[in-house]
Amino acid sequence: MSQTTSDSTIAKDGRTTSDSRSAKDGRTTPDSRSARKSRGRGRRGPLASVGLHSVLAVAAFIAAFPVAWVAYVSLGPGEYDYQHPQRIAAHASFSNYDHVLNHTDFFTWLGNSTIVALGTTVVGVLVAASAGYAVSRIRFLGRGSLMYTFLLTQMFPVSVLIVPLYKILANTKLLDTYPGLILVYCTTAVPYCAWLLKGYFDTIPVEIDEAGRIDGLSPFGTFWRLILPLARPGLAVAAFYTFLTAWGEVAFASYFLLSPDKFTLAVGLQQFVSQYNSQWNYLAATGVLIAIPAAAFFYLVQKHLVTGLTSGGTKG
Amino acid sequence: MTVAAPAEAATPGRSEEPRRRTGPLRRIRRSYDQFWYAWAMCAPVVVILGVLVGYPLVLGIMYTFTDATSLNVGHTIGVNKIPDTFSWVGLKQYVDILSGPDNQFWPHFWWTIIWTVSCVAITVSLGLGLAVLLNRQVRGRTFYRVLLVLPWAVPTFVTIFSWRLLLSDGGAVNHLLGALGLGQPEWLSDPLWQKIAAIGVNVWVGVPFMMISMLGGLQAIPTELYEAAEMDGATPWQRFRHVTLPGLRPVSSTLILLGVIWTFNQFNVIFLLFGSTNGDSVQILVTYSYRLFFGQNPMDYAGAATVGVLCLSILIVFTEFYRRWIRRMQGAQA
Repeated sequence: MSQTTSDSTIAKDGRTTSDSRSAKDGRTTPDSRSARKSRGRGRRGPLASVGLHSVLAVAAFIAAFPVAWVAYVSLGPGEYDYQHPQRIAAHASFSNYDHVLNHTDFFTWLGNSTIVALGTTVVGVLVAASAGYAVSRIRFLGRGSLMYTFLLTQMFPVSVLIVPLYKILANTKLLDTYPGLILVYCTTAVPYCAWLLKGYFDTIPVEIDEAGRIDGLSPFGTFWRLILPLARPGLAVAAFYTFLTAWGEVAFASYFLLSPDKFTLAVGLQQFVSQYNSQWNYLAATGVLIAIPAAAFFYLVQKHLVTGLTSGGTKG
Repeated sequence: MTVAAPAEAATPGRSEEPRRRTGPLRRIRRSYDQFWYAWAMCAPVVVILGVLVGYPLVLGIMYTFTDATSLNVGHTIGVNKIPDTFSWVGLKQYVDILSGPDNQFWPHFWWTIIWTVSCVAITVSLGLGLAVLLNRQVRGRTFYRVLLVLPWAVPTFVTIFSWRLLLSDGGAVNHLLGALGLGQPEWLSDPLWQKIAAIGVNVWVGVPFMMISMLGGLQAIPTELYEAAEMDGATPWQRFRHVTLPGLRPVSSTLILLGVIWTFNQFNVIFLLFGSTNGDSVQILVTYSYRLFFGQNPMDYAGAATVGVLCLSILIVFTEFYRRWIRRMQGAQA
């Protein structure tokens, strides 16, 4: 679906550029007012184009600069180079990366983060998808209050939950384990994903379900074999959101993980600051290394991102 | 953020509505017979949320009526279990926090309101503006989009660390301001500039999500509507005002609600930007309550939970009003 829309806009793009030429010709006619009116969306003068591109370029620069800055600072080998960034260009090196990769527990943290983030993504998306599907398709008792509860859970401040959660995890022997942390992350990511996916399932025609049922699939079979494959863009966005939530979370991870060999990157980084007395250059290098998997994941799903956030499925 | 408006319209009448005027038990029974698989599909979510959110919340609310601190809440050291020893104090925590001698709640409260309103207003309008620009045929659209989404894709503890460097006294932002001949405020230590810096960084973090969601909403608006408006001679502004904005309403109303909730509870930005020691006046209620908890010894758990419960109540009241307002607007439209 995403492909077809973007294709059609490209096709339209081609058409509109030729249109804009004819509109320009039209402007030379005496009745310039009506000609201006006829210049529609997507057709614009060169001045408007320059304006559009400069606004976007400035915005993109502001968005990307802090990220680029970390990457730049991470190349400065000295401890205080971040205070004198102009020095870095002259003697840039990868020594920070060398130190982080070879002399710290970076790979342990990376492994832990990967386990936790991927675990959260798989569990969270599956759970959210099945709930979202049920709420989208079936008018069972309590679906309204379920959706409202999802919204409510977004309102809980960390500070109310953290001590009771600690007790629960300790009582169920889940404290300081991956499954414990994965479940805790699910509570923050699943409600939003369920909303998102419910909206996406709503755009898939119900006739598909009916056809599946007539062909003898069970409700679960319909969901698993027909709806999930169709909802791939929506699932991609939900996965992206869940992964990022788990990958970048700090508060729960630093409170619920006790043994150093279980630390995730977010926690490891903090240890790193106190342990080395705030060596920003190592921090920057680690930051870049942490950002790379997240950015890679983003790149994989970005094609689906826009369509997944709204409409999708097949238009019956 | 689909949040889907079409949803509401599409679902009714898909399957039989349980008939009214039967006893509640029979209704549950009938619903179960008909939709047991729906309940089964929701069960994992309900169990996870019930155990890991519902139950802790009940415990948390209970703690607000006690004088629990880190010393008297039961915990385990090695093999030794230390039982709960806190005692019930009724509404004392609420009275202390709302009107106690060292009253810190209200300044934080007002700052939280300013913070939420300005962050959401700026984030939503910037996100909408960029989405409208990106929704046109622009060369290099994918390139812009990838760059613009970076603040969302890179974890906040990395990007905010970068902002700390950029905003520090001799940092790049002040170099730039100096080169332009402007003043060089102390972004991270002056109380007023701290607030401006916090809002700025939070907007930076929040815009990509809004932008992408709005872009999705924009693409869901049928092109025919624009064509019809063009035929009627509507100016670009009129098309924006009377086609784009109403078409976005289902997406934007939910986005604003979520934005308010998330910004009100935004923990990472302020905590990571100002650390746990400096910037007392810039703390919003959530970070303030975290500070009550972690920032002192013994950790004042009851106080932290009380502030948390107050946050929760504020948000619930707000959501209720907001939903009613939206419903009335929809009613007025129809």
